[in-house]
This record gives sequence, C-alpha cells and structure tokens, in this order.
Amino acid sequence: MTSDMILPFYQALTEDVNALSAQVPALATDTLQDIRRKALERFSTIGLPTLKTEAWRYTNIQRYLKEFPYELLTTAAAVAEDVVNSTAIPELDCYRVVLVNGHLQADQSTLPEGKGITIGAMSANTTATGFVTYFNEQQHLAAESMAQLNTALFADGLYIELAANTVVDKPIHVVNVYSCTAHAFIQPRHLWVLNRNAAATIIETSIHPETATIAFANSVLETVVMENAELWHYNIQQGAESFREVHTTAAQQHKDSRYHHFNFTLPNTPFTRNNLSVALKGSHTETNLNGLYIASKHQHVDNHTFMDHIMPDCNSNELYKGVLLDSSNGVFTGKILVHQEAQKTNAFQQNNNLLLGTKADINSQPQLEIYADDVKCSHGFTAGQFSEESMFYLRSRGIGEDAAKALMVNAFSHDITDAVKVPALQHFLQEQIAEIMNN
Amino acid sequence: MLTIKNLHAEVEGKKILKGINLEINKGEMHAIMGPNGSGKSSLASVLAGRDNYTVTEGEVWFNGKNLLDMAPEDRAREGVFLAFQYPVEIPGVSNLNFLKTALNEIRAYKGLPALEAREFLKLTKEKQQLVDFHSNLMNRSLNEGFSGGEKKRNEIFQLAMLDPQLAILDETDSGLDIDALRIVSNGVNKLRDGEKSFVVITHYQRLLEYIIPDFVHVLYNGRIIKTGTKELALELEERGYDWLKEELHLKESV
Repeated sequence: MTSDMILPFYQALTEDVNALSAQVPALATDTLQDIRRKALERFSTIGLPTLKTEAWRYTNIQRYLKEFPYELLTTAAAVAEDVVNSTAIPELDCYRVVLVNGHLQADQSTLPEGKGITIGAMSANTTATGFVTYFNEQQHLAAESMAQLNTALFADGLYIELAANTVVDKPIHVVNVYSCTAHAFIQPRHLWVLNRNAAATIIETSIHPETATIAFANSVLETVVMENAELWHYNIQQGAESFREVHTTAAQQHKDSRYHHFNFTLPNTPFTRNNLSVALKGSHTETNLNGLYIASKHQHVDNHTFMDHIMPDCNSNELYKGVLLDSSNGVFTGKILVHQEAQKTNAFQQNNNLLLGTKADINSQPQLEIYADDVKCSHGFTAGQFSEESMFYLRSRGIGEDAAKALMVNAFSHDITDAVKVPALQHFLQEQIAEIMNN
Repeated sequence: MLTIKNLHAEVEGKKILKGINLEINKGEMHAIMGPNGSGKSSLASVLAGRDNYTVTEGEVWFNGKNLLDMAPEDRAREGVFLAFQYPVEIPGVSNLNFLKTALNEIRAYKGLPALEAREFLKLTKEKQQLVDFHSNLMNRSLNEGFSGGEKKRNEIFQLAMLDPQLAILDETDSGLDIDALRIVSNGVNKLRDGEKSFVVITHYQRLLEYIIPDFVHVLYNGRIIKTGTKELALELEERGYDWLKEELHLKESV
C-alpha cells in the first residue's frame, strides 16, 4: 500500500476504520489481538460521538478531529533531554518515567526498583498476571467510543504493578511527551495495578514541545486499586496551543481501598475532554475526586465523571472547580449511580465556577441515579463572578487589580490545592495559578 | 494634606454629595457626624474610589495630586486608608498573605524592595501588640468567621501595618460593645503621631469620648452645614440634629 492510498485520518474514522488497523503493529498475544478486533468492531458500530450522543451533548469532538489532517502516529522519536527536564517540578524528590507518545524511554527515566515493583512498557508486560486479569476489563470503557478507538489502535503505554504490601517510597512522576513532525493522532494506553495493601503516588504531566505540528492525544488509563490499597493520582494538564486531548481514566476500587484523583487543567490547550469513571467493586472504600480547570481564550474543557456505587458502605466526594476566562467554555458532568445493593452510600458532589470572561460559559449537569433507599447523596452547582466588594476591599489596601484577581483565584481554588498532599507539587500548582492570573 | 473643593457625587443618578468643602492638615483629627443618609459613608467611599459613585463636580487634592484621577489601589499606595464600616470576608485568602501582598505592592509603588520574611514578621508582631490584635487571627482567612469586633480590630491592625498618611474610619465604632470600642480607640490613639491625619465618621458621640477630635463637622443632606470643635459633638448629643436643620432652613429661606 502506498501512502497516497491511505485515507485521510478523519475520513478513515468515519468511513473505513479497518483501514487504520493495518497501520498499527500487531500485539503480542492472540487474546490481545482479539480484544483489539472486538474494539474495532464496536467502534465501527457506535462511531464517533456526535452532539446527539448523550455524553457529548456540549462537546463537538468532530469539529476538533476535522480541524487538521491528522495521521495516526504509533511510534516515537527520541526527545531532547532539556525538553524532558523542562517538565520537572521544582524541589520534588521523585522517580521519573518518561513516555514519548506512550513509549517508555528507559534511558531518560529513573524507575523505582525493588521487590514487588513492576514498571515498564505495556508491550513488555502482556503476560503479567495483572495485565492478563485487568487489561480492558473496565466495563465503563465499552460505552465510550473514543476508548474503543484507543483499544483498537493503541501501540504502547505504561504498565505498573505493585505486588501486595508494596509501598513506593517516593512519588512517581510520569512525563507524557507528545512529539510529532506532522499533525498526529496519538493513543497511549496505560494500566496500573495496585495489589492488596500497596500504595503509591503518581503525578502525571504532559508536554507537546512542537508548536507547528498539532498533537491530538486520545489516551486511556485503567487503574485497579485492590483491597486496602491506596493510590494518589495527580494529572496535571499544562496546556499548549498545539495540543488537543481526550483523556480517559477508568478506575476500579476494591474493599477498603482509597483512591484520590486530582485533575488540573491549565491553559492553553484548545480542546480537552476528560473522562473519569470509578467503579466501586468492594465495600468500605473512600474516593476523592478533585478537579480544577482554568481555561482561557477559546479553550473548551469538558470534565465527564462517573461515580459508580456498586457496593454498600462506600464514601465518595467529588469537588470540581472552574475558572473560565476570556471566551472559554467549560462543561462538567457528574454522574452518580447508586445501585440497589449499595446501601449506606455517602456520595457528595460539588461543581463551582468563576465566570470571569465576558464570553465565557459553563454547562454543568449533575446526574444522580439512586436505586438504594438508605443513602446520603448531594450535589451542587454554582457559577459566579468575583464579588465587587471583595475586589474593592483588596484594591483599597494597595493591591493592584491583577494581584487582587490572582489572590481571589487562589482563594477560590484553595480547597483543591490544599488537598494536594505533596508539598512541592502543591507549591508548584499555586505558583502556576498565580502566574496564569498575572498574565 | 487633603483638600476637598465643592465635591458633588451621585450614585445611580441620585445626588448624594452636594458641594463638600474640607481642608485637612497634617496630624489633625477630624470627626464627621450627621444623621442617617446625610452622605457620611458616601464621602468615605468617594475618597477611597469605590466605582459605583460618579463625581459630577469638584476636586480632591491629596499632597498636591489629583486623588479623583487615581485607581483605588493607587490612592492606597499614595497613603489613603479606608477602614470599612463592613469589612469583607474573603475565604481562602489568609490574613497574613493579604497583608504581605498589600504591603509589598505599596512598597513596590514607592520603589522599595519587598520586605524580607523576617522583617515582615517582626513588623507584624510589633503592630499586633500596639493595637492589641490576637495573633491567632493572623493565620485565618481574611475576616472569615470573625466577630464584628474582631473585624473592626483587624481594620485598625491593617491601618497600623500599612501606615498611611490619611486614615478614614467609616463608622468603625458601630456595632461595638464598650470593651471593643475602648480597644479600637486605644489603637487609633496610639497611631496618632502628629504626622498621620484622621477622618473619623461616626453616628454616635460616644466614640469621641475616647478619640478626641480637633474638629467636628456636621454633614447634612450632602453638605457640611456646621464645623466646630469637640464641644459641638456634645451639643449634638444633647440637642440632636433638628436645631441645626432649622438653623439651616432659616438661613436658606433668607
């Protein structure tokens, strides 16, 4: 097949997605090939999301997929060390995992070592127990066509498995580099499994160093938090004008486990969609979902979350806060499903927004479906501006308008940043917020 | 230091100030009294630069500079301080961080370097003691959950920290019990250094038992209708404002 016979990427997605599968290297096992084939079939059946797709009512992804002539990119070229180093979080003592387009760069990484820690490329771990048991096991992925597309056409990603009772002593900083010499559609696929009593803190950041070529990432991460395990997961989306992203995280939790998810979306990526789902497969779990999105210019940021309370006696707390500047759009969906068996569920959700741009807007929709009768659930939504009285108070003390706004935005986001348990990261985020507001 | 000439201002088309004239010199303590709705707090707001007020006529000069041309933050940086009648609660902004930001913005405006953390803390401690402000309120969010008295004391503490040339106290005494009033007044008196000038706006004479003014002005219907010394305040306490109103009407009808 010569290159001019390949359909343009968007056309292939809509007309002949099978043609794309020829561009992807084969996976290691028959089982995987089978999973991939089924995902491709499923994607062909449901197709790309449209504005008629309930979960995509406020986000026109097709507009962004059509925006540039993307090519499916499944490989990675080496990325300069200074690019990787620029992503370092000051004063953070951590391990570093460098992925370029999902491919592990072992020579640029400092991986945690020791008994019970498996960390490496997905492609090198396809026979690991955790992989065989949990890869693509999340039911929530089946409903999402972008996740199916990832399953059908991914090349590689990061595999982490912590054996029972394994605690990683320092945070793991995963640096996601998306690098391309032509407009590219990139699909990393990750799986992290924390077995019984294991614990880890994982911080993800991303960078797209090129400005002339657009990278569109469609990544999927599955996390499994087994009995009494604890995962702190921070996803820091520092944007770039030349970047677009659909980021899907599907988590499952088992008995007595704790999962803390933080998502920070900062300017300037024009399009970001985060799918986050948590399936509670054991009782007495604790889940904290914290989100902060600060959008500027014409940014579109969509956070789509799903708390699936399957088992009784679980607690979930969700707080998403947004600062919408200029002409940016925010979308928040918070679905809470409490199954009939999930008695004594506590599920709380809150979405607060500061609408600071004259043309900024927010669409926020809580979706509570409750089939158990002995539960405590609540949700709330606010959208507002700075109080003029507060601004005047600060300014009357000599604080300039920009510094006053920065103080107010820091104040608005403090309950999210305060919950960040890594001091260096917390400081870094506060600085980032102040810097954004001062520009 | 401050010269107000024929100041007229309105809010939402309603005329509130109708020709205020006032001269305040270095180190003086002026009290402005008057019945409700006379324009006392409006005058404070116009001087501090609250933007829902429109100045339609007149001038305000502060140390030779046109105050009305300045943004609220620049007025503060030039040395004007307004103690609010109702201080605002701002959750998430710590008192300490707020003060440090304010102080350093003022210093930057004057071309001074930011204070070192140690110097800042030393200054904080010193001023806290001076105006009797509890240190346990320092690390809390700005005014959040403070009692009425604590909020007013915080205003005086900020006044001490920012060290302005002109302090306007807008009904700082309202809502205070006698103990809190005493503490607040003591704070103000300790800050009288012969350099700083004060404008104390009050509805009640009782504040002036603790803070002795050099001049007392009566504001009525947007104008200063009488100026006197501290004895005028006592007379107002005894006789109310009606006799003044009558005097005014007689004068106007002549």
